[in-house]
Amino acid sequence: MKRANLALLIVLACLAALPLVGGAYALRLGTMACMYAILALSWNVVGGLAGYPSFATAAFFGFGAYATGVLLNAGLPLTVSILAALIGSFVLAGLLGAVLLRLRGHYFAIASLSLVGVLRELVNNATDLTGGGMGLNIPLASGSSIMADALFFFYGMWGLLLATALMVIAVSASKLGFGLVCIRQNETAANMIGLNATLYKSIAFGLSACFVAAAGGLYAAWVHYIDPSDVFDILYSVKPIVMTLMGGLGSPLGAACGAFLYLVLEEVVWRNYIQIHSGVLGVLIVALLLLLPHGLVSLRFRNFWRKAKHV
Amino acid sequence: MSEILRLDRVSRRFSGLQALREVTLGINKGEVLGLIGPNGAGKTTLVNTVCGVTPANSGTITFDGQDITRIKTFQAARLGLSRTFQIVQPFAEFSALDNVAAAALFSQPGESLKSAREEARAHLAFVGLEAQASQSAATLTLAMRKRLELAKALAMKPKLLFLDEVNAGLNSAEVERATKLIHQLAADGITIVMIEHLMKVVLNVCTRIVVLHNGQLIADGEPRDVIKNPAVVDAYLGQQYAQRNAANG
Repeated sequence: MKRANLALLIVLACLAALPLVGGAYALRLGTMACMYAILALSWNVVGGLAGYPSFATAAFFGFGAYATGVLLNAGLPLTVSILAALIGSFVLAGLLGAVLLRLRGHYFAIASLSLVGVLRELVNNATDLTGGGMGLNIPLASGSSIMADALFFFYGMWGLLLATALMVIAVSASKLGFGLVCIRQNETAANMIGLNATLYKSIAFGLSACFVAAAGGLYAAWVHYIDPSDVFDILYSVKPIVMTLMGGLGSPLGAACGAFLYLVLEEVVWRNYIQIHSGVLGVLIVALLLLLPHGLVSLRFRNFWRKAKHV
Repeated sequence: MSEILRLDRVSRRFSGLQALREVTLGINKGEVLGLIGPNGAGKTTLVNTVCGVTPANSGTITFDGQDITRIKTFQAARLGLSRTFQIVQPFAEFSALDNVAAAALFSQPGESLKSAREEARAHLAFVGLEAQASQSAATLTLAMRKRLELAKALAMKPKLLFLDEVNAGLNSAEVERATKLIHQLAADGITIVMIEHLMKVVLNVCTRIVVLHNGQLIADGEPRDVIKNPAVVDAYLGQQYAQRNAANG
């Protein structure tokens, strides 16, 4: 296994120890961190490896949230509902991918963006099933304390993140990952050497959607109430891209670290500059991208030590 | 000799431009066919049409007894149709080795990345790039990239190989080296169709020549006969070439 991938698993293992040192607030942040990392790692499959800038993350996040919510209301257990959302979104994304991924570059970006709008309107109008604009209440798990609840959702999200990370590592070491990198570099040449680019891209799109949908499902169960403008928020599409760029495009370790850094920035800025938080966050992101164009993974800590010696 | 590829009244149009007009052509197994003609005659379109990049609007194409008129590009590659690009198309971030390994990996069923890399090493050695194996394709010189294209095409174990101007932009020593490689491939029994402007190379290597002009075949036959054909002289070679050729006997 590559060293960066090993480092990613070590970071995740450290994250699992969070409940030992933090309270409810730390657990809430930890759950968010895991969720963001799932989105960023997933986006990295289609955006980083295959080079298709997808803005469809919010579409599958919302799809997963609503699929899980509806199934929970129908009386199914949480694990079954989330598994159904995961498989359903893999199939849906694979089929949509076969059509959408014929477009390249900006055209694909806009088409994938429109997917968010289409799904949001479908949910808005299917009032009987989803409650439409009124939102959807999700039954509470009965009889557990606040702390036990927080712990449950933290480890749930962490488990999904671990599964996502293992999927991403397996893909990057496989024939599929090799093929996706070929497609990113030169799709014409990739087809010409016998690579079924349409199939590979569809699988990549499906893989980038399924864990996002599962995370959406767990999010829905966590917050107990979802509405279309919340879970189909376009920011769920944009944030993973920013996180991946901050961490390092194409690198799983980078995507995960980018997600954590983004969450820290978001939280710190929100606390200290409540009136102008979006502006400050934007400036910070632009500054980071300018100073570290290849992301956090391009930092070499050895260089810091070497410099320190000569001081 | 049996036919490996048959084009029957194949036409291809790009909106207002008729790039191929009812081209009928048979290519025999083991042959080295020269495909010549002025710029814009439709030579590359012919290759693209056979490989499924720009499918034919009408007519049929048969490869090895199988109708491939509507085939997809990646399927054509797996059947044993391989090509080099006039404008080289490497995977720029990959090393030379991985470029060739990718070609072996995706064109052969059941190939693993490890075995593909081993095979790739042999193909790189054949084209004389073993020293550059770990160098990224973006850093290779044009001549090296052309040879890399060739190694990629060979890694696909082609039955029929299209060489689209492999010598364009090379100096005379590099051309000589490339010509030697083509001779070796022909000796190994690979059927070759080469698009080429350097008549010296065409006459040196090819066993038969066909001439395209405005999307139509205007000549087909032995190299010595074709270059004396008045229609070919008019459309492509020019009077000067014909006179010089006649003077040299």
